[in-house]
Amino acid sequence: MAKLKELAAQKEKFVGGHRGCAGCGAAIVARQVLMAAENPVVVGAATGCLEVFSTIYPYSAWNVPYIHNAFENVAATMAGVEAGYRALKAKGKVKKDLRFIAFAGDGGTYDIGLQALSGMIERRHRVLYVCYNNEAYMNTGIQRSSATPRGAHTTTSPAGKVVPGKLQLRKNLTEIVIAHEPAYAAQATFAYWNDLVTKVRKALDADGPSFINVYAPCRLGWAYAPEKTVKVSKLSVETCIWPLYEYENGTYRISVKPKEKKPITEFLNMQGRFGHLFNWKDDVPVKEYQAEVDFIWERLLKRSEAAG
Amino acid sequence: MIVARTGNEAMAEAMRQINPDVVAAYPITPATEVVQLFSKFVHDGQVDTQFVPAESEHSAISACVGASSTGARVMTSTASQGIALMHEILFIASGLRLPIVICLVNRALSSPINIHCDHSDSLASRDSGWIQIFTENTQEAYDTTIIAVKVAEAASLPAMVTTDGFIISHGMERVELVDDEAVPKFLGERKIQHSLLDVDNPKTFGALDLQDYFFEHKRSEIDAMDHVLPIIEKVQDEYGKLSGRHYPLVDEYRMDDAEVAILCMGSTGGTGKVAVERLREQGKKVGLVRCRVYRPFPKEAMVAALAKAKVVGVLDRSDTMSTLGGHLYNDARSILYDSDMRPHLKNYVYGLGGRDISIEDIESIYKELFAIQKTGKVDKDIVYFGVRGE
Ligand SMILES: Cc1ncc(C[n+]2csc(CCOP(=O)(O)OP(=O)(O)O)c2C)c(N)n1
Ligand code: SF4
Ligand SMILES: [Mg+2]
Repeated sequence: MAKLKELAAQKEKFVGGHRGCAGCGAAIVARQVLMAAENPVVVGAATGCLEVFSTIYPYSAWNVPYIHNAFENVAATMAGVEAGYRALKAKGKVKKDLRFIAFAGDGGTYDIGLQALSGMIERRHRVLYVCYNNEAYMNTGIQRSSATPRGAHTTTSPAGKVVPGKLQLRKNLTEIVIAHEPAYAAQATFAYWNDLVTKVRKALDADGPSFINVYAPCRLGWAYAPEKTVKVSKLSVETCIWPLYEYENGTYRISVKPKEKKPITEFLNMQGRFGHLFNWKDDVPVKEYQAEVDFIWERLLKRSEAAG
Repeated sequence: MIVARTGNEAMAEAMRQINPDVVAAYPITPATEVVQLFSKFVHDGQVDTQFVPAESEHSAISACVGASSTGARVMTSTASQGIALMHEILFIASGLRLPIVICLVNRALSSPINIHCDHSDSLASRDSGWIQIFTENTQEAYDTTIIAVKVAEAASLPAMVTTDGFIISHGMERVELVDDEAVPKFLGERKIQHSLLDVDNPKTFGALDLQDYFFEHKRSEIDAMDHVLPIIEKVQDEYGKLSGRHYPLVDEYRMDDAEVAILCMGSTGGTGKVAVERLREQGKKVGLVRCRVYRPFPKEAMVAALAKAKVVGVLDRSDTMSTLGGHLYNDARSILYDSDMRPHLKNYVYGLGGRDISIEDIESIYKELFAIQKTGKVDKDIVYFGVRGE
């Protein structure tokens, strides 16, 4: 269990002064993940909001070695970094015990970067891949991704007169990753900072590829007031929209079980991206989204019960 | 040691001797063998390399970028669709000034799909900031692979060494190898300014670079290209001392008193040299110029070579799809613009998709060039040689 005081006393590895929006969830993810790391780390980031707002030359928010290559290839890039490390370590040119973390948004992970991620895990590179999931392509102006939920308004799934936002459900990427049998996989979000820090430590200790899908509310794309970010993060867990669980050695474990499962409308009505659903002619989009959430949650309960 | 090797085997052999820290690659005809043979070296413990059998060429070159940023010596091999898929990352590798070396086996780009040689794949990546060296035969492919590693590291720029698909990649030839121990000694250790693994001095690689700095950084990359030719000459000179084989930037063959000449790249240089010999036996003053180093372009050496002839037939195994003919033709025209000695130029685009070019074909081209010399007129400046209905 991490102690808040100890974490707070650390030298910051991801510093303020960057150009992220006030209340940006992605920035909190980067900071919390790096806080959790006990060994020295080398970081890679995919093109996206986090990369853009943290490294505008000649400034950098990263107090750790950092590389950005392109949008779809952070997994391959960090696989290469890890391979270079292994080679140089074997030759005695690097002495320290390092860890490697790849950051990418949902676009860089669920969509364009999925193949590289799959390859990285299959080849068993010891890299922690963190997807900061803000459920759309924010950097390019809020376009839909395969992580965007049913009904959400984005600029390529707009709330129109005949189509109320996105028609499809979210891709369950965490399960796709789990099908690769990584050394460790989990879902997290920063409102539950202790859960997140614990998971990052487990992932970095695992001798193999690991993956954490971190729910990262985006005040701009989700259209809510900046001070609500942590509240939105918390509600995603309380509504079971973003279940906190982990997968290790063939077993599922729900790490935070909400006392009472709230209806998703409590989460939806806080955010402008779902606003149109409340004036829509029927409740089909909301119902479909709720059904998806229920299905995944029930299945998760069964899987974690089966594990005991 | 003298051995019989195909171009692919020779390049793989060079890679074995180089013993790179990391190789990340993906198979594609006709370069597959390079990757296969190298995997065997890895699994037989003949090299210390971390081998990353990537799930695509895009990931292979991306992993090369990551690995090279750590300070590791990094190589890969590909062809055609493979380098096309790498295209995006080629610019990132050069922009980050990473001396990755690609053994590139030239193959036509689809469509129509084809597996045989032309130069459309290398030339589509012409402007990506990579050093490009085209080789004529198996021996040269082997030697140049070793030379390229040292050049790339000295210049802090990536390099690709090419062979002609099947013609060289699968053609068995006599090859003289340098001793195993001599190669690492010749190359030395890779020296770097900043390693991504230096956690005590953390650096940001690949920052977002906007209007206020991007241009200066690009200018410094162009400047680096400006300094490459002397580096190549120096390394080729050192390699000549080691191996007894001396390579030029521009390969001139019987040009001293040549009246007409052809300019070409790759294996056609070898075919053309035989044609030159045959015609010389008949007392014809013909010569050949082969562009070995293509990027950066050896302007001075090339102008000096071409200016010796009255008529030059430029043989391009590629077309720019611009109505302006092949790549080499356009380069030749451009560099001769300011020259006092301007030979007549005629462009022969030939051999696309691996269509063979024979000694007799080249002899017939020389014959046409002599006719141009006589009339002082180029009838048609761009022709598509050996195409039905042309
Ligand atoms: C090959 C390629 N295609 C498209 C883009 C444009 N692009 C840059 S970031 C981005 C979306 C990023 O979305 P995500 O990964 O979810 O990160 P976010 O910006 O939401 O944090 C897109 C489409 C690009 N840089 N490269
Ligand atoms: S748009 Fe969203 S993800 Fe991007 S900086 Fe703003 S809050 Fe963060
Ligand atoms: Mg996103």
